[in-house]
Amino acid sequence: MAVGVFGVSFGVVATGAGLSAPMACAMSLFVFTGATQFAAVGVLAAGGSPIAAIGSGLLLGARHIGYGLALRRKLAPGRVRRLLAAQILIDESTLLALNESDPEAASSAFWWGGLSVFVGWNLGTLLGALLGDAIGDPATYGLDAVFPAAFLALLVPLLRRRDGRGTALAGAVIGLVLVPFTPAGVPIIVASSGVLVALAVRDPEPPPAPELPA
Amino acid sequence: MTWGWPALAGLVVGSYALKSLGLVVLGDRRVPARVEELLGLLPAALFGALIIVSTFASDRSLVIDARAAGLAAAAITVWRRAGVLVVVVAAAGTTALVRAIS
Repeated sequence: MAVGVFGVSFGVVATGAGLSAPMACAMSLFVFTGATQFAAVGVLAAGGSPIAAIGSGLLLGARHIGYGLALRRKLAPGRVRRLLAAQILIDESTLLALNESDPEAASSAFWWGGLSVFVGWNLGTLLGALLGDAIGDPATYGLDAVFPAAFLALLVPLLRRRDGRGTALAGAVIGLVLVPFTPAGVPIIVASSGVLVALAVRDPEPPPAPELPA
Repeated sequence: MTWGWPALAGLVVGSYALKSLGLVVLGDRRVPARVEELLGLLPAALFGALIIVSTFASDRSLVIDARAAGLAAAAITVWRRAGVLVVVVAAAGTTALVRAIS
């Protein structure tokens, strides 16, 4: 449900940012990671260059390296199957798999979770893209405010940790300070260095596990 | 370069590379726990900046406009533990309303 709603929101804002409906749908099918897609489209909507959009998107996707490392213990070996699994490696499927101790249960949770999100996200995007194409100027409906709302919903789980809060604050301050001085998108990319604040305000808890927005 | 299919292809390839790096490419190699931790926290820095920039940036200037009201509405609904639908609709609706009456 939440995934479908997110997907519709993405489809609407992507077409609002100037992407064609087929391109928005292709992005959801082949990139298939919501935070990256929202960030890339958000940077484009703000007038950023494609390089800045790709850079912001990929910095958000860097967490998947850690997810992949953790999932090595949970998913059956076999190169081909793992290469397929990588496509549906997202917050939801990773969380579901890591919550299962039995490898077989973890594997099936990963595949069923990942595939059901894949279906919901892509159907949502299609619906949203068609809707976005039909309604005209997105600003009339306040759809530009969907970006901060979506980013906030995605951020909230990370705010439970002290180093998550410090890191988010550092990123926000860096972004705010750089807006007047750099082209759109650059403040986002540079703000990733805010993660270094986490070294100063370390949390004794283990590294953040992926969590679902409500 | 403008956004188009080649740019999308770049994002697709890069995203898949990141997804497969830990699961397939690195094999059994270990990565320092500190690095994994920082990778997990990277989104917090990016979301923090993305929230601020998508709310207050207008080209290269900082402005307080109807989007700020939308973010406030989103924050209230998130704080009340509302679902994504409510959060997104509250943000868009509030922004549209403020825009219509101002």
